[in-house]
Amino acid sequence: VAGFGSLMQDVLWCFSQVKGTIDIGVTEADIISTVEFNHTGELLATGDKGGRVVIFQREQESKNQPHRRGEYNVYSTFQSHEPEFDYLKSLEIEEKINKIRWLPQQNAAYFLLSTNDKTVKLWKVSERDKRPEGYNLKDEDGRLRDPSMITMLRVPVLRPMDLMVEATPRRVFANAHTYHINSISVNSDYETYMSADDLRINLWNFEITNQSFNIVDIKPANMEELTEVITAAEFHPHHCNTFVYSSSKGTIRLCDMRTAALCDRHAKFFEEPEDPSNRSFFSEIISSISDVKFSHSGRYIMTRDYLTVKVWDLNMENRPIETYQVHDYLRSKLCSLYENDCIFDKFECVWNGSDSVIMTGSYNNFFRMFDRNTKRDVTLEASRENSKPRAILKPRKVCVGGKRRKDEISVDSLDFSKKILHTAWHPSENIIAVAATNNLYIFQDKVN
Amino acid sequence: MAAPLGTGALTEDTGQEKQDTQKEKTVPPERAEEAKLKAKYPNLGQKPGGSDFLRKRLQKGQKYFDSGDYNMAKAKVKNKQLPSAGPDKNLVTGDHIPTPQDLPQRKSSLVTSKLAG
Repeated sequence: VAGFGSLMQDVLWCFSQVKGTIDIGVTEADIISTVEFNHTGELLATGDKGGRVVIFQREQESKNQPHRRGEYNVYSTFQSHEPEFDYLKSLEIEEKINKIRWLPQQNAAYFLLSTNDKTVKLWKVSERDKRPEGYNLKDEDGRLRDPSMITMLRVPVLRPMDLMVEATPRRVFANAHTYHINSISVNSDYETYMSADDLRINLWNFEITNQSFNIVDIKPANMEELTEVITAAEFHPHHCNTFVYSSSKGTIRLCDMRTAALCDRHAKFFEEPEDPSNRSFFSEIISSISDVKFSHSGRYIMTRDYLTVKVWDLNMENRPIETYQVHDYLRSKLCSLYENDCIFDKFECVWNGSDSVIMTGSYNNFFRMFDRNTKRDVTLEASRENSKPRAILKPRKVCVGGKRRKDEISVDSLDFSKKILHTAWHPSENIIAVAATNNLYIFQDKVN
Repeated sequence: MAAPLGTGALTEDTGQEKQDTQKEKTVPPERAEEAKLKAKYPNLGQKPGGSDFLRKRLQKGQKYFDSGDYNMAKAKVKNKQLPSAGPDKNLVTGDHIPTPQDLPQRKSSLVTSKLAG
């Protein structure tokens, strides 16, 4: 693919676009809660706390300016979920979109799954560029014509109209989760998908909304004995019988649906042995995995916990093959991060298209990339100050002690309210989408 | 930020120390932080991490209301105002009985996302 450099030193990241407004106070509903490219990278979807989905489409590359990459413009926007109240359980259900996952495209329409804490919905996004005209029983304004006045019959014809993009909810998968949904994942068979909550994982068929199969249940008989919860889950990209789920104790289980209907017994169990001398009150909290992602190749899984990103080889369960420090300087700030709840922030992580670079977010609107081959890493910032078109992003550096150099920022100056939890990487090109609270940044590599 | 751009070389970010370099090189930073926390909150549970957090996580969104308590409280303080909710209306604590005024307004977003503007 032209312009696709897999080594980080070849890539200069440039600002491309930013979506959203610069408000003094951020309206909570505008906080972006999920970002996802579709399988071709043509579409980019975001979900927010207000239950809304916005889909951007990449414009066709212009023949006049072949070097200018296509920009993403609004394609469709709709209200996916509404706030609800479960009166039976006295439970307030937020409309926040936790995850969006695209289905591979099989016809002219696009399909995506969006979920809040309790309900998954399948949305169809389709274009309409023709409309029928020349009805017999109604005129062009839609008013009914008096049948007795009609003397001739005509055949309605399809005429072109301005492009309209409509989103319709095709399926609603409700009432299957007692606890809060954290993940959805489309199976490679394209017929089924899974939804995972804190204690259970359910398998659905896209066509059937009134039933789902429970495939994992870790709820203890006595809730007093609860020691861990499910934090994320994903299907293997190629093997439709295999999936993984991560836990709040820093472990990952790989399950094979062929072995049993209920996959409570894992096929593989991934856990890194803990150094007992390092154990503290915080150990379990910071080991909780907030995201798990298969590599595109299906050979590796990547996990994110509070301070690190780890890459695991599916063939080695006893420790990760790679560990990357995201912001280790926070280790000496854990007390205050616990008091302000930041220690519970759930960061996501993503692979690039060739699985050679991984990316995850941090605080102060910083995000980090790690090149797995060269072991080089970089810290970049999503900020309005660096938002001139095609401006190259300057690497950032956090000073951990001693003398702070001119361009560095000290740990105590970091803004912990500016957290980058959600990022996405185009499936084949060096284009990334970074959600910074209520703004969406799009960065691309510099085309020489 | 007057540094020249476009030099083509990405800065290698290796400046993250695992140990707090200021002091206590023998005590891991996590333990030092734990000591700080225990000093502030001596009654903090013995179970590290554990069940308290999980229970809180599972109970997200739970809003309890007891109509018996509510009516009795109303009867007791006929002329006075019921104690109102604190700044965090999601936490019902102590003597506070939720009133209809305390419930956050639940309305759907009819406003289009600003990302689409």
